[in-house]
Amino acid sequence: MSLSTDEVRKIARLARLAVDEEEVTTYARELSSILDLVDRMNAVDTAGVTPMAHPQHATQRLRPDAVTEPDDRDRYQRNAPAVERGLYLVPRVVE
Amino acid sequence: MQWETVIGLEVHAQLATNSKIFSGASTAFGSEPNTQACPIDLGMPGVLPVLNQGAVEMAVRFGLAIDADIAGQSVFARKNYFYPDLPKGYQISQYELPVIGQGQLVIELDDGATKTVGITRAHLEEDAGKSLHEDFHGMTGVDLNRAGTPLLEIVSEPDMRSPREAVAYAKKLRTVVRYLGICDGNMQEGSLRVDVNVSVRPAGQAAFGTRAEIKNVNSFRFLEKAIEFEVERQREIIEDGGTVEQETRLYDPDRGETRSMRTKEEANDYRYFPDPDLLPLEVDTSFIERVRAGLPELPDDKKARFVSDYGLPAYDAGVLTAARELADYYEAVVTAAGGEAKLAANWVMSELGGVLNERGLDITESPVAAEDLGGLIRRIEDQTISGKIAKEVFAAMVAGEGSADAIIEARGLKQITDTSAIEAMIDEVLANNPGQVEQYRNGKTKVLGWFVGQVMKASRGKANPDQVNQLLRDRLDG
Repeated sequence: MSLSTDEVRKIARLARLAVDEEEVTTYARELSSILDLVDRMNAVDTAGVTPMAHPQHATQRLRPDAVTEPDDRDRYQRNAPAVERGLYLVPRVVE
Repeated sequence: MQWETVIGLEVHAQLATNSKIFSGASTAFGSEPNTQACPIDLGMPGVLPVLNQGAVEMAVRFGLAIDADIAGQSVFARKNYFYPDLPKGYQISQYELPVIGQGQLVIELDDGATKTVGITRAHLEEDAGKSLHEDFHGMTGVDLNRAGTPLLEIVSEPDMRSPREAVAYAKKLRTVVRYLGICDGNMQEGSLRVDVNVSVRPAGQAAFGTRAEIKNVNSFRFLEKAIEFEVERQREIIEDGGTVEQETRLYDPDRGETRSMRTKEEANDYRYFPDPDLLPLEVDTSFIERVRAGLPELPDDKKARFVSDYGLPAYDAGVLTAARELADYYEAVVTAAGGEAKLAANWVMSELGGVLNERGLDITESPVAAEDLGGLIRRIEDQTISGKIAKEVFAAMVAGEGSADAIIEARGLKQITDTSAIEAMIDEVLANNPGQVEQYRNGKTKVLGWFVGQVMKASRGKANPDQVNQLLRDRLDG
């Protein structure tokens, strides 16, 4: 198994995912099988192949530098659970 | 033991685009909270980023100015971390393939020598929003107006060896981005943010010591002080037999010290990967050449031209080209003054500089227009007024009394160059001071200066001092 249960816990914590303790072993096994596939691909000699940044053979289209978005704050803030003086309120973050 | 300081800087320059890097929301500073945060900036589901051509052009402008390699193809990556002012849960940045590669910047040191500082890379990324931690019933307020503002992160090589060199580099970088018109360079408003990597090592040792990264340095003075403090702190730790920890520290300007930011365990595990929402950015030769054609004269070139064309000392040329607006003002003064380049430099740097300094004004807010200052200098040169009277006229110009000619006319300040008029004043002074005349004739020729002063006083400063001097000698010696 290429991925340890500790690594699964760490990845879950970094991604803020709650993973039940009994699921950890299952995830370790399943994620490991994905990594094993990656290992098999890594074994292929790719010298001389340009790394692919995106599966589509296309490049980024650029937009002109112009302001096109109107202020629609009130509408967006109707989705927010708490708002005050135009600010979105979230549980206190202590630095 | 002799210690050597090693410093590298990471500078975030907010690019002066109208709209955000990946959305069409405005980037204007100081608006009401969240009035410039559109669904893309808010990280709403289903939205897609579209790259701003203006931001790419500005990055390329910078790349050309520092003589850097510009990547034909670069890639945007996601930097993953969780914080409320980063709604998507990741910042779009560039990691393995930045748009701007290796370049360099020439800085000038205190002794006038120059040094080349390497620039490792510069990459495009989006800014985060702002969290306000003051009391909102125990909650944190989030303003996302700044989220998505384009940033150019400019990473230097660890080439600087003293706080003064780091300040010289930061100042030069600020000058360059302002010349290029890609960033307003305002450190207080956070348009230009400087993070410093500092380490020390025994002199002569090749390997670098462990570095600390210092954040929250929002002025050149604080930059110098933060480094000075940090160098001392690290030196003491090592001399006491300890080891420096690699960490991020915050500069506290009130206490003049750096302190450790409580770092979370996996703080630096950002799990970068190419952003599937964005295709690779391609910058081809025609794009680069189009940007190159629009480049302004850069500070080093302008400085060299001021020395060669105007015959200015390197120091004056450096001061006058530190900001593009100041250089433009100076050149307008020289034109209006009819070519009196050195005299114009003196007036711009000392008289005008003094007034601006005293009132906390920028050259663009100068109370005296360049054409008017040039007009004043022209009157000094053609001897309509003396340098001393010119200061009086200048003060009146600052007070808004009009052009130099109007003030000279209104106040009757025109210099007296009529020989007979000056002679009449000399005769009167000599007649009233027989004792001093006697002294002079007995060989105490130093009283000549006193006589010049008396005649100038009699003319209320308007007599031509050179003429007074000459005519006095003729009278006393004759």
